[in-house]
Amino acid sequence: MDGKCSAQGWVYSALAEVCRRGPAAKATRDEVSTMLNTLLPILIFTALALAAIGAVRRMRLWRQGRPSPVNLLKGLAAMPRRYLVDLHHVVGRDKMISNTHVATAGGFVAAAVLMILVHGLGIANPLLGGLLLLASTSMFVGSLFVARRRLNPPARLSKGPWMRLPKSLMAFSLGVFLVTLPTVGLLPDGLLEGSGSWLLALVLAGVVAWGLGEMFFGMTWGGPMKHAFAGALHLAFHRRAERFSTKKGGGGRSTGLKALNLNDEAAPLGVEKPADFTWNQLLGFDACVQCGRCEAVCPAFAAGQPLNPKKLIQDMVVGMAGGSDAGYAGSPHPSQGIGGKPVGEHAGSPHGPIVALEGKTLVDADTLWSCTTCRACVEECPMMIEHVDAIVDMRRHLTLERGKTPNKGAEVLDNLIATDNPGGFDPGSRLNWAADLNLPLMADIKQVDVLLWLGDGAFDMRNQRTLRALIKVLRAAEVDFAVLGAEERDSGDVARRLGDEATFQSLAKRNIATLAQYRFLQIVTCDPHSFHVLGNEYGELGGHYEVRHHSTFIAELYDAGRLTFAPWKGGRVTYHDPCYLGRYNGEYEAPRNVLKALGIEVKEMERSGSRSRCCGGGGGAPITDIPGKQRIPDMRMNDIKESGAELVAVGCPQCAAMLEGVVDASAEVRDIAELAADALVERPAGDASGGSRRPAATTMTAEEVIV
Amino acid sequence: MPRNVKSLNGAGFSVSVLVSVGRHPLTARARRADHDARAVEMALSLNDASVQLIHAGDNDTASEEALRGYLGMGVSGVKRIEQASNADVVPALTNILRFAAPQLVLTGTRAETGEGSGLVPYLLAESLGWTVVSGLAEIESIEQGVATVLQALPRGKRRRLQVRLPAIATVDSSAPAARQSAFGPARRGELTDCAYASVIDELQTQWHIQPARKRPKRLKIVKSASARDRFKAAAAKADSGGGQLLSDVTPEQGAEAIFTLLKEEGVLR
Ligand code: SF4
Ligand code: SF4
Repeated sequence: MDGKCSAQGWVYSALAEVCRRGPAAKATRDEVSTMLNTLLPILIFTALALAAIGAVRRMRLWRQGRPSPVNLLKGLAAMPRRYLVDLHHVVGRDKMISNTHVATAGGFVAAAVLMILVHGLGIANPLLGGLLLLASTSMFVGSLFVARRRLNPPARLSKGPWMRLPKSLMAFSLGVFLVTLPTVGLLPDGLLEGSGSWLLALVLAGVVAWGLGEMFFGMTWGGPMKHAFAGALHLAFHRRAERFSTKKGGGGRSTGLKALNLNDEAAPLGVEKPADFTWNQLLGFDACVQCGRCEAVCPAFAAGQPLNPKKLIQDMVVGMAGGSDAGYAGSPHPSQGIGGKPVGEHAGSPHGPIVALEGKTLVDADTLWSCTTCRACVEECPMMIEHVDAIVDMRRHLTLERGKTPNKGAEVLDNLIATDNPGGFDPGSRLNWAADLNLPLMADIKQVDVLLWLGDGAFDMRNQRTLRALIKVLRAAEVDFAVLGAEERDSGDVARRLGDEATFQSLAKRNIATLAQYRFLQIVTCDPHSFHVLGNEYGELGGHYEVRHHSTFIAELYDAGRLTFAPWKGGRVTYHDPCYLGRYNGEYEAPRNVLKALGIEVKEMERSGSRSRCCGGGGGAPITDIPGKQRIPDMRMNDIKESGAELVAVGCPQCAAMLEGVVDASAEVRDIAELAADALVERPAGDASGGSRRPAATTMTAEEVIV
Repeated sequence: MPRNVKSLNGAGFSVSVLVSVGRHPLTARARRADHDARAVEMALSLNDASVQLIHAGDNDTASEEALRGYLGMGVSGVKRIEQASNADVVPALTNILRFAAPQLVLTGTRAETGEGSGLVPYLLAESLGWTVVSGLAEIESIEQGVATVLQALPRGKRRRLQVRLPAIATVDSSAPAARQSAFGPARRGELTDCAYASVIDELQTQWHIQPARKRPKRLKIVKSASARDRFKAAAAKADSGGGQLLSDVTPEQGAEAIFTLLKEEGVLR
């Protein structure tokens, strides 16, 4: 605070001083202009040259990474749109910052280009000069807002060099503004004709030099402005080009993890050292602006587990460049109890291990295992950084190479290998819960409209209630469905998130082979994790399916008039968005529509929709069970309590299990399927509106879908 | 928590672990056998010992997968002696052990497939003339050719034994659990084939083998008002009371005592 005011004050008082001395004239206006005209090009081109050298050095750091196929030209061409549309879609959630950024960044880019023309190349065109004045004014106004945010910065923002950034922005914009005034002849005559005029020129040059230093030199040599340089290139060369929208619309979601090529024995199994990331992942880490939005939404961070996504990304930057994390100026990784993991104790290098075999290197293993893969950080990150990809990459190494999956991890993986389910149950007993339901089996009927994917919840007594409810609903709507029964295996979700890509692919390939034997129009499941894996991750391995979450399917049945519900008579209800349904698959509406159809008015929690807080059950987090100050489901139950709801509707077996595990919970936990089943009303006889089984004609389409 | 043995005499100490192809109790899938994996774990937790894995048996894909399970624990290779499925593996193992001459041989108490009689370690000890110790829970130290070990006894009891090496020791579920098997090392590890002619187990060929049937367990009905007593009765293990501890007796006296017992129990008539 103090430093900031005094630095700002310094600029002003120097100017004032110069003005005051004005009348004792000796030097002429021309001399000053000449001086500036000589100094400025030198300054500008030195800064540009240094920036170019820095840029090459920075690029060399990124190129330590492994190859990744990207279309460079197409990426560069798409970059402006990705910045203006996709990035601002994220930044725009905070209008104030968004406008600040437009003014500052837009002003800066325009001012920089114009400055090179006007002052660097000496094209003293008054029109260009005028535009330059405008641009620098815009930037100056923006930097005032940046400065205001830094007056009392929230904990999520990094301090350190970031605190000087508003001053540097002001120095640049003000400096450029002042040196441009003569170009347009907008200078009071007396001002530059004093004995101090040479001093004034020097001061101006100094201010401009400071600005140039931060904005050009700092941009490529690791200052705060690095985010603009790396960020722009990251947008262009992003590893998931498909997550950006295109002019034709669409796109915008790419959440499936990328498969490891297990046939290539030379390829590393996951990421052991920073150089094992692909080059554009490294570039992505470098783009981080340390805004801490990820930190603010991370459930593991809030629970005091030793993970701060922002710090993790900075750790990767430290590793890529080599060195220790002593220079990090944000909140550290928390750890159990008070304080946090102190900075300065961890260090790494591009070719050294990220997680130490013994002792400490860059990151501690429990940091990586704290993540629930909820994607809240990715959703919030304005720089489009993919935290979850990076975390799973590093987990892959720990599991596949070191065999160090913590706590119950090894046991769960062994079970998945031996019994195809995480609990180690007899695979033949997958359908025991439905012994009285007479479920049709795919093996018997081969061809069906809806393949009901049960998921591993079939072994869990709580989830069996949900499944029974769902089947009641499907039967009420006379849906033509069947199950795989004992032929179904775990989807591989947990194995993959725990880093065991080999077991994931083994399960996935066998499931795909099983599914290939049958004909069906779509898969419906009440497990968003299976939904995500079947829908978004099997494709890369050759399995393409139309998958629906049961809430989507129930909503469709209701819209088609195949279900009738009695009006809701219970208390207040809120809805908890499962991460794997919402952020992973963008389904926020259907569950709410079902609740609406049930006559329930949802009392939304503060964190809902795309900003929903994880229940703590994803990513194998309950298995690796890294301790923190509090439990994530307890925090979520608190959110539910604050909404005033007496019942929370869920749409995921994990969420149900986690939330029901909360001691002294203030709300009852019910799956949407259970609520729907309870409210079912027999349709009056004779009402056949779409109620009868679909005719054989529909099954013809099944063939088309499958081939 | 595996305890590392500090007092090994340098890197010269060599341990062989006999590993078999296991079979998952529910799905019957081939896997690393639990007890054998614990034996590997025990060998790996000995500081600086050179560990060698030996397998004698079938040579198909499923068993290769299972053997790779041991490699995934961080061992660089398994010596594999291919044997016919109806072969007696004792001659082959005797031969390789005589050749390799390790100071200590560790193995699981019994195999999860085949005969599973648990006799292999005893037959090997007999043919090599080595000591055999069963139910190892921990190796405490190895000094000047003598190992101090803890042997597991029922109900968590432990007995400290001093064993002159070379010796064969078996490991059961009271030993520390095996570490996770990782995909990378499992894939890289080497299976080296050694040839040894199969000696067909003639006796076994005459056997008729069928899956075991689960028999209902007879419950002792305890008439007691207290839930605690009923619970204790239900949870109690069969008490092996009435035993007799024989120490410092001649082999003849020992044999006599065993003979009498077997007669009493009606095993011998
Ligand atoms: S990773 Fe993204 S959200 Fe997190 S601090 Fe960096 S830029 Fe901000
Ligand atoms: S995915 Fe969720 S738990 Fe993991 S780092 Fe991001 S916000 Fe935190």
